[in-house]
Amino acid sequence: MSPTQSGIRPAGTAIVDPAKQSMLLAALYIAQEQHGSLTPEVIEHVARRLGLRPGEVYSTASFYTLFRTKATGRYIIQVCDGLSCYLCDGADKVADYISAKLGIQPGETSADGRFSLEKVQCLASCGTAPAMRVNDQLHENLTPASIDAILERLMGEV
Amino acid sequence: MATWQPILLANVNRPNSEKITTYMGHGGYEAARKALTMSADQIIAEVKASGLRGRGGAGFPTGVKWGFISKEAPVKYLAVNTDEGEPGTFKDRLIVERDPHSILEGLIIAAYAVGVRRAFVYIRGEFFLGAKRWIKAIADAYQYGFLGKNILGSGFDLDVSVHRGAGAYICGEETAMIESLEGKRGEPRLKPPYPAQVGLWGQPTVVQNVETLANIPHIISRGAAWYASIGTEYSKGPKIFCVSGHVNRPGNYELPLGTTLREIIYEHASGVRLGRKIKAIIPGGASTPMLTGDMLDVPMAFETLSAAGSALGTGAVIVMDETTDMVEATRRITGFFAHESCGRCAPCRIGGRRMLERLERLSGEAARPDDLRDLEVLSHGIAGVTFCPMGTGMCEPVTSSLRLFRDEFEARIKQRMAA
Repeated sequence: MSPTQSGIRPAGTAIVDPAKQSMLLAALYIAQEQHGSLTPEVIEHVARRLGLRPGEVYSTASFYTLFRTKATGRYIIQVCDGLSCYLCDGADKVADYISAKLGIQPGETSADGRFSLEKVQCLASCGTAPAMRVNDQLHENLTPASIDAILERLMGEV
Repeated sequence: MATWQPILLANVNRPNSEKITTYMGHGGYEAARKALTMSADQIIAEVKASGLRGRGGAGFPTGVKWGFISKEAPVKYLAVNTDEGEPGTFKDRLIVERDPHSILEGLIIAAYAVGVRRAFVYIRGEFFLGAKRWIKAIADAYQYGFLGKNILGSGFDLDVSVHRGAGAYICGEETAMIESLEGKRGEPRLKPPYPAQVGLWGQPTVVQNVETLANIPHIISRGAAWYASIGTEYSKGPKIFCVSGHVNRPGNYELPLGTTLREIIYEHASGVRLGRKIKAIIPGGASTPMLTGDMLDVPMAFETLSAAGSALGTGAVIVMDETTDMVEATRRITGFFAHESCGRCAPCRIGGRRMLERLERLSGEAARPDDLRDLEVLSHGIAGVTFCPMGTGMCEPVTSSLRLFRDEFEARIKQRMAA
């Protein structure tokens, strides 16, 4: 059964507890860190813990771009696709440069499961454009040389 | 020009500026100490008299907003909006990462003034360092007695916690943020009722932007009259202008409201790259109407930008030089809004996509004769009819670009027809 079809509230939780529901985003972050992605089983587990319907959990999880229902690479590279990055030779140019180096297009994960590449909306680094994130680390004032250095360091990590 | 001494950004370049000891070493938390000896009414009157207007984009008078909160309501909340994501805007991230205590002190004063004992910091999921700085600042403030029970012996209690968003621009809209704090999809609520009446968990709620709160300690320390002496008639105080795009020195520049675009771009951001001319300026973040490069003498204030056909928004100035492809710039902004539409109401959800399709055709090789008329019809059908201001916001760059740079759009169609 897919989470969206599942409409049964866990036993003993006839109504939603607002305090528990407000923990949902934090719970999804923890679940994602522990399991890699929010699979239907993980969604069901979060729902049981918070007394929510799996459909309610899936509805919230699917709304936010940082929650992932599919497996991703170990390093998620998010290239800012904003206007200011575009004006400063970033955005497409940075994404294309990384695509060529890693052999993957935006939206794809490398065969070894190491890298995922994404284009994302404004990272609020317009004054230090071009910018990208690798997992939770922001990288600013990107140049081909600085991108090379970042990728080489990540490739060297075990 | 007289040299402006930064008020809001006075701390950010000090070593260890994010630490509570650094903040207290430069007068930090003295304003909170003073505020706790004042009455709530006195503080609200002071903030009203200062003329401070919200720095998150809407520009609503802060003191007036506080006055809307019921004194009798037994439970009420305050939420700090750290969901900065409007393209071109990067001021709140700077304050959170480098001077979080200045926001926290403003929060404490605001909470005391409106009678709030429970506050929430909402921060966008991408701001990982910012979230860490917020959490550390709050933990340290508890340790020094600025949060928790009986703050500084005043009898006032306040608890604050941090909630991370998870990637959704719309959660910067206050009612969407409230939904997200409740653990739901970040879809805006219909207003009225406003959060001041029915907010988080149905209780009266004040939502304030980071930069707005950072102003509060200075108003309390130095007084409303001093604050109101800065700026213009309807736009008081200092403002952080985020300058990006084709300038030599992009960055955050704190200046009095009313400073002209010319001074901001040429004196502070050191002018345009390669000495080129400016074609277009977005003065207040991606959702504000574009201006042409000959409007440099417009002062950056609420009333003057409104008179010039645009808006102060977040004070995020994006400069585009004479080589900029305005069709592509417009497509890119529309791509942002189409992606970030929460999907709740049809004009924004569907209209945004349809506008983007036309702009993709125009910026690519597939322009059609009807595309410009379609864009006008679509923007007319979206603006002003959506649940939240995002619908109107997504139309402003399109309609202003079409008005100001129509020849570039028409050239695409002519090229295509000739091909």
